[in-house]
Amino acid sequence: MDQAKPRHWIAVALQLGATGGLAALLISLVGMVEEFSKRYIIVDVLEMGQAMLLLILIATGYMTARRLADRPPREQLLASAVSGLVPAVMLFALVLLIEPLNLRSIMLNASPGLIEILTFGQTGIAAFVLMAAAGVAQALAGGVVPHLATRIRAPLVQAVAWVGLTGLLADILRVTFTNIPGASFVLGWMFGRGSGKGLSIPGAVVVFGLVAYATYRRQKRPAGAPGWRSRLDARKARLVNIGLWAAAAVILFLLPKLLGPYLSEVTNSVGLFVLMGLGLNIVVGFAGLLDLGYVAFYAIGAYVVGVLTTSAVGDQAGQIVWGPVMSFWLALMIAVLASVMAGIVLGVPVLNMRGDYLAIVTLGFGEIIRIMAGSDFLKPFIGGSQGIVQVGVGRIGGLVIFDKPQTLFYVVVAACAAAGFISWRLRDSRMGRTWKALREDEDVAQAMGIHLVSTKLLAFATGAAFAGLSGALFASKVGSIYPHSFKLLVSINVLCLIIVGGMGSLPGVFIGALALVALPEMLREFSEYRLLMYGALLIVMMLTRPEGLRPEATRRRELHETIGPELEPPPEGVATPGEAAASG
Amino acid sequence: MTTSVLIARKVTKRFGGLVAVDQLDLEIADKAIHAVIGPNGSGKTTLFNCITGFYRPEGGEILFHEHHLERLSSDRITRLGVARTYQNIRLFANLSALENILVGEHPHLKAGMFSAVFRLPATVREEEEALVEARRLLGYVGLGGKGDLLAKNLAYGDMRRLEIGRALASRPAILLLDEPTAGMNPQETREMTAFIRRLRDDLGITILLIEHQMRVVMGISEKVTVLDYGQKIAEGTPSEIQNNPAVIEAYLGRGSASAVLREAASSAR
Repeated sequence: MDQAKPRHWIAVALQLGATGGLAALLISLVGMVEEFSKRYIIVDVLEMGQAMLLLILIATGYMTARRLADRPPREQLLASAVSGLVPAVMLFALVLLIEPLNLRSIMLNASPGLIEILTFGQTGIAAFVLMAAAGVAQALAGGVVPHLATRIRAPLVQAVAWVGLTGLLADILRVTFTNIPGASFVLGWMFGRGSGKGLSIPGAVVVFGLVAYATYRRQKRPAGAPGWRSRLDARKARLVNIGLWAAAAVILFLLPKLLGPYLSEVTNSVGLFVLMGLGLNIVVGFAGLLDLGYVAFYAIGAYVVGVLTTSAVGDQAGQIVWGPVMSFWLALMIAVLASVMAGIVLGVPVLNMRGDYLAIVTLGFGEIIRIMAGSDFLKPFIGGSQGIVQVGVGRIGGLVIFDKPQTLFYVVVAACAAAGFISWRLRDSRMGRTWKALREDEDVAQAMGIHLVSTKLLAFATGAAFAGLSGALFASKVGSIYPHSFKLLVSINVLCLIIVGGMGSLPGVFIGALALVALPEMLREFSEYRLLMYGALLIVMMLTRPEGLRPEATRRRELHETIGPELEPPPEGVATPGEAAASG
Repeated sequence: MTTSVLIARKVTKRFGGLVAVDQLDLEIADKAIHAVIGPNGSGKTTLFNCITGFYRPEGGEILFHEHHLERLSSDRITRLGVARTYQNIRLFANLSALENILVGEHPHLKAGMFSAVFRLPATVREEEEALVEARRLLGYVGLGGKGDLLAKNLAYGDMRRLEIGRALASRPAILLLDEPTAGMNPQETREMTAFIRRLRDDLGITILLIEHQMRVVMGISEKVTVLDYGQKIAEGTPSEIQNNPAVIEAYLGRGSASAVLREAASSAR
């Protein structure tokens, strides 16, 4: 705090405590606590609803201690305790008031179930004492965190996070590994029995121990020390590289068999968003052109494939009047080309627009496409609000048919790999530099000899191509397409995932898609609260890590990285102190 | 008689009712160091923006060899061999110093989308050469070892030098420097002055320079043009300019010329 007169620690504790209390009240009253309490993280010990309250209280205590970082430790801990007491009091007040105020008639979620969770099943004074004790203990736990040495803190935080994550994803992990022979014994021991039961107690201990130990070991290695791979000579390093790629290929090949239909479906959804994320990353992340109508290209890709491959052609209701019933692969290529054309068509009128104006115009474009898709005027051709059904699927001869999630998986992975490869190569090329220069300062970029029109159109076209590909696969995946699949929310989702992952960062796209598409898909309780979680996540991200989870790294090219192995060292006379140090 | 590389004839640029550059004639001799001076708001930077295609003048013509710059966009002008720096440094802040220079090399690189994705041999070679050239330029402007820093993290003087390096990367025939020593201490100013002279002497680049520090202007330029209210009020060698009453009045206010000249004359005696 940079106020003239430092605030008393009680004031700080009360303020942050009230904030935490409001958050706790909110998630209780919107029904998250009760809804999520059906799923355990650690069986019979901790369920998800409790875990959310726990997280809020720990965060409250932690924030309080951090805010008072310049005060004596005793004051910090006292403040943390008080900041934990405040939410407890607020929740207790809620519990008391539900009956007399008949809150349930307004807030459906203020149910007996919620009360039981909040009060630990007690009533009266006993409930209050328990709640207060729990609140204080949890906030104190958070308040202690800043005082721990980094050596202990990092393993602890990592281990807790991993226990939480494995507990949340217990069902998926169990289903995934259950097909591996001999794994069922370990699985039965590590996870609770039945679905939604989370980790077993020994399982939680094992995960905690392993992660804590690994983090601890990793930390002990001095920063910048070479890993085992860089100690290998060139030939061995290449072998290791080949081995890793081969292993990745084998795992990818076997993955759909392990995952089963449902999880393959989820993976495919993630893949489609990765594709779109990679495309939008070029437009927004590289070239800095804020495109809010990105879903339009996704829709165009889907509709082109839909019209060209559907077998529901004729004059009956629910059928479109024209369709060549083309091969899926040919339609896929035409869909990508059509999206590219659309990208250029959209690009030309907005060439002179920047920032907010561009965002608004592209947003309008996205809506125009969606409304056109649902219009009666175009209904004979693209199905109107009844959409297009019986979209074709890809097949290779009569042998391989990509009609099930497990088989479509390979197509999606191939598409993502291609898009990722193209993005990566473009990023490190003259093209990528040009885009980034455009993002940084359009006028100066032009004064560097960069042709603005072609540069922008290339960005729009490449981004649109990826989205079109994604849309084409989407049409084949779901088998029928409707205008309401192409709402603005899709654009926003894609934008969110590249913001969360880190603007302009390729690994960030994958991480963002996992966080924003896979997690909500797999935690079915989330679905109702998806937007709420999005909002909270984005606010937290912007406050604590505005650069994203996996920000784009600056390429080190002056002294280290070269693009080809045959690059000669720079000629004499330009040797720098840094080079001398590096070679010596 | 040397030839002129850049000729401006009756260039006029208006902003609403304000005439920022008014019927200006200017000739820059080949391999000259030519300074443009004048009080704040006299139209110096506007002139630069007209030459480099940032603004389109309402009247007149700007000839670079046989090309009419007033009709071209800034990317075309750069490709012809006109490079510039900016008064308020405009680097690509979130790109590394090396990448800034690589962007500057843009006009001389050819790789398109396809060759970039498949790393065709020609593209790989081109990129390697570009990288070697960028490292060389980085060393040339005195930033060797700082190439991997983000431009926004460089020290102020380094930013100015990087901007010149980026401009040099386009291999210009004429370089327009907009207050290259602004905000520098005397030591840095001396180094920059020597550096500018080297650009001309070693690389044969014509320099057109906006400068406020009289010591720099008088020290390195062969010809000085003085602007006031968008009009040329004087032109000549530095010593001619120093004693020109119109210039002194423009800078110090009406009526002060006689006093200054008298003082100068008495001190010379």
